[in-house]
Amino acid sequence: MLKSFHIGGIHPKENKLSAGMAIQPIAVPAQVIIPLSQHIGAPCQPVVKKGDKVKVGTLIGKSVGFVSAQIYSSVSGTVLKIDKAMDASGYKRDAVFIKVEEDEWEEHIDRSEALVTECNLTAKEILDKIAAAGIVGMGGATFPTHVKLTPPPGMKAEVLIINGVECEPYLTSDHQLMMEKSDEILVGITIVMKALNVQKAIIGIENNKKDAVALFTQKAKAYPGIGVQPLKVQYPQGGEKQLIDALTGRQVPSGALPISVGAVVQNVGTLFAVYEAVQKNKPLVERVVTVTGKEVQCPCNLRARIGTPLTTLIDAAGGVPESTGKVISGGPMMGKALASIDIPVTKGTSGILIVPTLEAKRKAMKDCIRCGKCVQVCPMGLNPTLLMTLTEYEVWDRAEKNAITDCIECGSCSYTCPADRPLLDYIRLGKGKVNGIIRARKN
Amino acid sequence: MSVILTAVATLGAIGAGSAGILYLISQKFKVEEDPRIQEVQDALPAANCGGCGFPGCAAFAAACVKAESLEELNCPVGGQETMDRVAAILGQTASKTAKKIAVVRCSGTCEERPRLNLYDGATNCSIAAALYGGDTGCSFGCLGLGDCEESCAFDAIHINPETMLPEVVEDKCTACGACVKACPKDIIELRKQGPKSRRIYVSCVNKDKGAAAKKACNVACIGCGKCQQVCPFDAITIENNLAYIDDDKCRLCRKCVVVCPTHSILELHFPPRKETPPPAKEEAANATA
Repeated sequence: MLKSFHIGGIHPKENKLSAGMAIQPIAVPAQVIIPLSQHIGAPCQPVVKKGDKVKVGTLIGKSVGFVSAQIYSSVSGTVLKIDKAMDASGYKRDAVFIKVEEDEWEEHIDRSEALVTECNLTAKEILDKIAAAGIVGMGGATFPTHVKLTPPPGMKAEVLIINGVECEPYLTSDHQLMMEKSDEILVGITIVMKALNVQKAIIGIENNKKDAVALFTQKAKAYPGIGVQPLKVQYPQGGEKQLIDALTGRQVPSGALPISVGAVVQNVGTLFAVYEAVQKNKPLVERVVTVTGKEVQCPCNLRARIGTPLTTLIDAAGGVPESTGKVISGGPMMGKALASIDIPVTKGTSGILIVPTLEAKRKAMKDCIRCGKCVQVCPMGLNPTLLMTLTEYEVWDRAEKNAITDCIECGSCSYTCPADRPLLDYIRLGKGKVNGIIRARKN
Repeated sequence: MSVILTAVATLGAIGAGSAGILYLISQKFKVEEDPRIQEVQDALPAANCGGCGFPGCAAFAAACVKAESLEELNCPVGGQETMDRVAAILGQTASKTAKKIAVVRCSGTCEERPRLNLYDGATNCSIAAALYGGDTGCSFGCLGLGDCEESCAFDAIHINPETMLPEVVEDKCTACGACVKACPKDIIELRKQGPKSRRIYVSCVNKDKGAAAKKACNVACIGCGKCQQVCPFDAITIENNLAYIDDDKCRLCRKCVVVCPTHSILELHFPPRKETPPPAKEEAANATA
C-alpha cells in the first residue's frame, strides 16, 4: 500500500500527454516583457531605464522588502520602455520591455554543462546567493525561496521534503526535469540541506512516474540522508501540508506553517534553480513550461526564457487549435484561465493548457443537494458547502471559526460537486475577506 | 367546591409570589435608557440600511442622543427633514447636508467597449474582479455582474441587460452607500443631487494612459486636460490620466461637457442646448485659441 495523505482527495484523469517529451530550448524571441511582480510579496523596483543595454543575468528589478525576489534580464539587448503590461493576474502591471540583440551573458555565469557537486559555502552564504538569484517556488506558488529557507526565530527544520509529485493533471515539466537533471537536483538538495542544517531529506514522487522513482532511488544511494518515497496517485498530493502528512505522518496544525512540524518543502524545479544559482552563479532567467491540451498538435516540454510571449510557446507546440475554448496558465485544477494569451512567461508559469470549447464551458449552477461529497474530498477537512454559504451571506465571523483561511484552493470541492456549484470561487472570495479582517484586527 | 377554591388560592398565591419576585428583579437590574433614544428612533426611517455608518437605526439613534453635536451625523435616507426632526427632539441644530445620490461612473456599453473574452465563472463582481480585469480591454470599468443590484435594499439600482451597466432609479436611491461598498471596482460614487437633479460628472474611472484607454473604450476619459483648461471654477483635477469633477466647486456651466473629445463627461437633466449640433468643435477651438 503506497503512502498518501489521510483526509479527502480525488483522482482526476491524469492526461499526461507530454510525458516523456524531451525538454527543448525555445529560440529567444525578438522582444521580451518581464513583469516586475512575479512572486508573492512586494513588486520589484526597476533599476534600468529606457535605452539601457542589458545582458542575460543583468539585474533589472531590485527587491524591496524581505518577502520579494530580484528580477534579472533573461535576454541581452536594449530596454525599450517600462510600462504596464498584462500578466497572468489578468491586470496590467509594471513590466520591463526589452528588445533582444544577440545573446550575451554576464561573465560571472558558468554556462557549461559540467556537474559541480562541491559546495564549500556556509549556510548564510548559500541563503544570500539564493536570495540574490531571485529564486521563488517554481511549482506555481512563487513564494520567495530564501524566505522559506529562513525559519522564524525559535523554530528549527528537521527534515527537507522534496516535492516531485506533480499531481496536477496534464503537467509534466517537473517530471521531465527530474528525468533530465537528476544529478543537478540531488546536488541542489544537498545544498538546501546544508542551508537548513538538516540531515534528512525525502523525495516524494507520485507513482505514475515510475521511471523517475527508479532513477532517483538508484542515484540517491550516493547521497547520505536522501530517501525516495513513491506516493499514491491522488490529488492534491503535491499540496505542502498533504505531502508532509503523506511522507512523515505529521499534521500541520490549522493556521500554522509547515516549519511548526519541522518540515520544509521545496519543489524539484526550485532545487534545480538553487543548484544553478549556487554552483553556476546563474540567476533565475528561464524555466521549463509544459504546453499541452487534447487538441494541441504536439504537446511538449519547453525551456523558455522568462518574458517570452506565451504565443511563441504555443506556436512551438503547433499553434492554437481551432476548437480552443480556454487557455489556462498552470494545470487544470489550480491553474488560472487567461483573459489573453498576449502575456509573458513568468517564474510561476509551470504549464500552458489549451482546453477545447466542449470541455471549457462551465455548467449552470444548481441547488445544493446536501450530498456531502465536497466535505468528503476536502483535503483540509473543511466544509466547503457551508463556507460558500457563509461567504454568500457575508457571515465572516462564522467563516473564520470554520477555518476558511485553511483552504488551499485545490478545487477538489468544485471538481466533485454534482450540482456544479462554484464552491471554490466563493471560498476564495471569503478567504480573502476573512484574511483582510484578521490583518486589520492585528494592526 | 373547596377543591376549586384551594386550587385558585394556591395558583393565585404562586402567581402573586412570582410577580413580586419578577418585579423586584426588574427593579434591581433595570437598565436606565434615555427615553429620547426611542423618540429619535421613531423619527428615523427604519430602513436599517447602514448608510449612516452605524449597524442600524437603533444604533444611530443611540449615537445621536449620546453625541454632543449632530454635525458628523447624517441619515442619508431620511435626509434633511429627518435630521431636523431628530435635532428638534434633542434640542440641537442639524447640520445642513446636501442631498446625495449614487452615480455610476462608467459608460462602457457593449457597443462602446467591445468584449474581448468570455467570462464563464460565478455571477459575482467580486469573484470576477479577483480573477482578472474584466471581459473588455478596460480593466477599470464595470463588470456588469450585479453586485450593486444585489446590495441595494431600496430596489434603486438595476443592471440594464442591453448595456450591461447599472442604472440608478433616482426616485428610489437614498444614497445609503451600500452599492458604493459592494462595487469591487469603485465605480459608484455618491454625488450631490444638485438643483433640479442637474449633475455633471466624469463617467469613467480608467487610469490607463490616453491611447490605451481609448483603445479599450470609445467613451473613456483619456486625461487630455481640455476640461481642466476650460473650467472657470477650478473644479476639475486630473490625476493618473483621469479627470475628476469636484461637486462642491462645480457650478454646472457645462463647458467641460462640450469640450470632452470622448464624451466621457455626462450631464443629467439639463434642458437641451439652443445651438446644437455640433458645438463641440467650436468650443474646442475657442478653448485652444
